[in-house]
Amino acid sequence: MYDKLIFELSHEGQKAYRLPPLDVEDVNLEDIIPEEYLSEEELDFPELSEVDVVRHYTNLSSKNYGVDTGFYPLGSCTMKYNPKINEDIASLDGFTNIHPYQSENCIQGSLQLMYELGKSFCEIAGMDRMTLQPAAGAHGEVTGVMIIKAYHENRGDFKRNKIIVPDSAHGTNPATAVMAGYSIVEIKSTEEGLVDLEALKAVLGDDIAGLMLTNPNTLGISDRNIKEIADLVHEAGGLLYYDGANANAILGHARPGDMGFDVVHFNIHKTFSTPHGGGGPGSGPVGVKKDLVQYLPVPLVEKDGDRYYLDYNYPKSIGKVKDFYGHFGILVRAYTYILTMGSDGLKKASEIAVLNSNYLLSRLKEHYYLPIDTIYKHEFVLGGLKDTLSEVTSMDVAKRLLDYGFHPPTMYFPLIINQAIMIEPTETESKETLDMFADAMIRIAKEAEENPELLKTAPHNTIVRRPDETKAARNPIVKYER
Amino acid sequence: MYPYIPITTDDEKQMLESIGLNSIEELFADIPKEVQLNRELNLPKSKSELEVFSYLSSLAKKNCSQSDMISFLGAGAYDHYIPSIIDHLVSRSEFYTSYTPYQAEISQGTLQYIFEFQTLICNLTGMDVANASLYDGGTAVVEAAIMAANIARKDEIIISKTVKPDARKILKTYAHAQSLKVVEVDMKDGVTDLEELENKINDNTAAVIIQSPNFFGIIEDLKKAAEITHKIKKASFVASVDPISLGILKKPGELDVDIVVGEAQGMGIPVSFGGPYLGFMAAKKSYMRKLPGRIVGETTDVDGKRSYVLTLTAREQHIRREKATSNICSNQGLNALRATIYMVTLGKEGIKEVAAQSAKKAHYAYEQIIKSGKFKPLFDKPFFKEFAVTSGLDAKTITTELENEMITGGYHLEIDYPQLKNAVLYAVTEKRTKEEIDKLTRVLEGI
Repeated sequence: MYDKLIFELSHEGQKAYRLPPLDVEDVNLEDIIPEEYLSEEELDFPELSEVDVVRHYTNLSSKNYGVDTGFYPLGSCTMKYNPKINEDIASLDGFTNIHPYQSENCIQGSLQLMYELGKSFCEIAGMDRMTLQPAAGAHGEVTGVMIIKAYHENRGDFKRNKIIVPDSAHGTNPATAVMAGYSIVEIKSTEEGLVDLEALKAVLGDDIAGLMLTNPNTLGISDRNIKEIADLVHEAGGLLYYDGANANAILGHARPGDMGFDVVHFNIHKTFSTPHGGGGPGSGPVGVKKDLVQYLPVPLVEKDGDRYYLDYNYPKSIGKVKDFYGHFGILVRAYTYILTMGSDGLKKASEIAVLNSNYLLSRLKEHYYLPIDTIYKHEFVLGGLKDTLSEVTSMDVAKRLLDYGFHPPTMYFPLIINQAIMIEPTETESKETLDMFADAMIRIAKEAEENPELLKTAPHNTIVRRPDETKAARNPIVKYER
Repeated sequence: MYPYIPITTDDEKQMLESIGLNSIEELFADIPKEVQLNRELNLPKSKSELEVFSYLSSLAKKNCSQSDMISFLGAGAYDHYIPSIIDHLVSRSEFYTSYTPYQAEISQGTLQYIFEFQTLICNLTGMDVANASLYDGGTAVVEAAIMAANIARKDEIIISKTVKPDARKILKTYAHAQSLKVVEVDMKDGVTDLEELENKINDNTAAVIIQSPNFFGIIEDLKKAAEITHKIKKASFVASVDPISLGILKKPGELDVDIVVGEAQGMGIPVSFGGPYLGFMAAKKSYMRKLPGRIVGETTDVDGKRSYVLTLTAREQHIRREKATSNICSNQGLNALRATIYMVTLGKEGIKEVAAQSAKKAHYAYEQIIKSGKFKPLFDKPFFKEFAVTSGLDAKTITTELENEMITGGYHLEIDYPQLKNAVLYAVTEKRTKEEIDKLTRVLEGI
């Protein structure tokens, strides 16, 4: 197995680059920059030829598993196929080589794309205006919660210092509320994983700024009381925040805006097919209802006749949340996807995402423990093996799946389900793929009964096996040292 | 059929049967009627790849690509050369179609390049520890401020007015939400007024933030600023730096900086209308367990093989929820890969050469523009690859005239500093040739 670090390949004197000779008059650096600012230390960087760099990272890529490698049923992450045209459009010279501060004349194409994309997101979300600035889902969340804060403060209401977060929520929700200066009130979910209306009523009051909710929730279940939840929160003077993590379940079928949500974010690297890139860059546009538009981050893209421009004239804006205007390159991919799919294709995508999820469940529910037997949306959560006394854990099942060539589902989330295995197949998988995965899962359940050791020592076929996380945290080695 | 949806009508039937339902509609029956959308989305219908390509290409063509222009525009986004191998390697779909590397066994590729990225950032900045990246340079400044405030349990952040305006604006947005107090230190001749810093710093100061080279391209006295900051107990000194400049300038680690942040767009990432870019953060060892974002660590697997995992996750939102050091969940993965490949491709000598050529060409451009007598230096201080000049000419007129000659002019400083009327900030990278610089000078003189 290839196991070198780039630093171990360094060979003195090798070069992988060449610059043109300096064509202006050469001067000593000390003559243009005072010596006290110049470093005397050599840079501790490797020296390599281009071939070595290419082989090294090609070898590293082969140690990765992507959606292009195979099935990636990672619940809540919507690992759908990343269309290749998206990549080609995003790398058009007229998009990549545009400086954010070029004059308005020179950026009309970029502004038009952002304007049209914002409108499309509004229609899909049922909202009135979007900001495309947030860099990721969590960044969208904090932007949205700051907008909620601005709304209350502008009404002169400073006593609302809490945000309600259900116990089934993503970890980013409570962390976001704190980042926006709130403390959180956690409410328990019902046995079905829905918002417990009584628990909600018990905490609502004039200290509540809002509720953060994912719908369908993190169990993959649509909350049938959503209207009542919205009414309760609004009556108490709070606002509703929609975490768009699960938006892939409802495109063209229902809209957060119509459910009563005031602020929405989408994870466009989930719902709108842009690549996850091994952790980023993502993008997390935020939409709001009419009354909240005035608080959106600046600038917003505006249109005057045929001209597009950046509008900074929002005196009540929360301000800027990131450099420039957002992850433009990612937004281009999202718009490519929306144009490709169209109103019909987006709706179809959600239908098949939900069909695939329920089909997979129908094949697995005899073989694994299913805490809640219902119609799920785009994902469902199993509670580990049927034999709850088994020494085999869900993590062992996940590790064994690696031997069968699949990326495991999301494990141990949501926290409210013991031994949770959260499965989201997405619409881009064929029935054959789903069947192969189901067959593997069923075989693993059998193996757990017949040969538990096989699972406890899994994986067996991967290039590394259960790296020691405790050791890594106890004695952190976070950079290479000779 | 849709190219990305492989389920056929026959499949649908079989699958519904297995579920025990008769129609797709029944799968959505759990959504309350009153919130179901009973109409088509008001969007265009689906299109072929060819149609989409042709429409979006037409939008791309409405922009003026920097490939057709000669760019002297910087102000936080720079036109450095991007080696060919970067696009080829990051196009490996095993990299870009993967998720955050939670399953270490099948994510060693991502984990290892992040480990290499962290090492390179540490070596470049002279710091002990770096994270796996942050959204961009501006939010990195904010994350540093919040971390410093949490560690010191104090609520005042001092930031110089020479720090790029976007970063200061983002800081104000977050500071308001978190009830942090932001105090700005004025500038004197284009650099942070260190006397004023000494006057403003106090026992409640959690962090002092300075950018070098600063927004005007001028090199700040980080050493002195660090000394001033460290007179206050538990105050962190934060420097925002241009990583390319560290090819020649003293490393923050040599200057007693506590936390280094910056924007690494210049290292292999296209300007792309402002994003996605690459924020980074490195710090002294004592900050390791307080850093925001992901960190990769080396370990061994059950067979004793060297391997890499996400580590120190007790800081993060998915474990700590409301007690996390930040709500950040992603990093800039693929752009961290771009910067990693950039750094190793240029290597020990290359970064130095890019930095030196940029500095020398910028100084040549400065000399030529000043020589005409029409433009005056805005400040008389040592700079790296950007400099500001002023004149009797309106900045907008200059930009328009340059654009007519296929030159992208500099940034108008008046936008953020109303007192700096007519001042323009020019950036010169290693990509500019003498001929291009001479053309800029010629056109400027002719206005």
